[in-house]
Amino acid sequence: MKTLLLLAMLLLSPLARAQVSDPTPLQFRDTAQEERFHHLTAELRCVMCQNQSLADSNAQIAHDLRREVLDLMNQDKSDAEIKRFLVERYGEFVLYKPDVAGNTWLLWFGPALLLLAGAAIVFRIVRKRSAAAGTVANDDNQEW
Amino acid sequence: MSQPAPAPKSPHTGAFVFAGVIIALFFIGLMGLLYYGVQRSDQAGRDALPSPLIGKPAPDFDLPLLHEPGKRFALAELRGQPFVMNVWGSWCPECRVEHPVISKFALTKRVRFIGYNLKDPREDALRWLEQFGNPYLMVVADEEGRTAIDWGIYGAPETFLVDGKGIVRWKHVGAITDEIIAKELIPALEKAEAEK
Repeated sequence: MKTLLLLAMLLLSPLARAQVSDPTPLQFRDTAQEERFHHLTAELRCVMCQNQSLADSNAQIAHDLRREVLDLMNQDKSDAEIKRFLVERYGEFVLYKPDVAGNTWLLWFGPALLLLAGAAIVFRIVRKRSAAAGTVANDDNQEW
Repeated sequence: MSQPAPAPKSPHTGAFVFAGVIIALFFIGLMGLLYYGVQRSDQAGRDALPSPLIGKPAPDFDLPLLHEPGKRFALAELRGQPFVMNVWGSWCPECRVEHPVISKFALTKRVRFIGYNLKDPREDALRWLEQFGNPYLMVVADEEGRTAIDWGIYGAPETFLVDGKGIVRWKHVGAITDEIIAKELIPALEKAEAEK
């Protein structure tokens, strides 16, 4: 009985997995294309599981979109064209590196602005302190 | 008894106060962010992506009908009046949740409801409709999920409102509720009809 059950489970397991795993693995023309594909999908964000890249995600839609990306590559579309294709359908969200535009400049340059502000503050404090330290040093008549 | 001498003002006091203010502001900001996150956490659609298709022409499709696989249906045939397109699949638990809501509203005949069966084996889809009822005017079947990519569909359920000119007016990702119909779908529909 147990063996029968085990056999049944073994026979049924591919059916159960069919939902999750891609039935037809992607076929690349050559290693250069495969490399380009991996590079491109790592820069694209999965729309379903939003903290994974298209390359990493195992969601059904990620499988479909990977297949679509490969098809577009086989149609000799450039990376930029493939990205535009996905942005037109799913929005800017799919790009891990969004274009520099009016609504994304803070995202791109915000950190640099923060760094500059921090640098300005440190500069002011150091200057003030060195001025104060300068007078102290003179008072003490230190020789180094 | 002598008065204790006032502590000599350290030249660093200013810097310490400044650092304290910065840290406090940072902390308040962080708390604000956390509060915002907690506030949003009970919204079902918090991860839903805004569709770039809103205000744009609905992508055309030519798909077989679920009930008559020999017959194909082109989107252009729906021109003239607004319609709602509801994406569902028998594999999708949330679709079962929204189905009574969809059915109730569709049967008022306020607007045409088209079913979009996504990535479903035909028999499963037919069985599902038989079991839970078919409120749709027609159901198109996209077994491969290719056309769905053109629509920016990334799962089910998703619901679109397209106006008489074929412009996408509204989209909802996730299960539809009575509240969403009353507060979002009907106003969007009225607007689409008024502008016709």
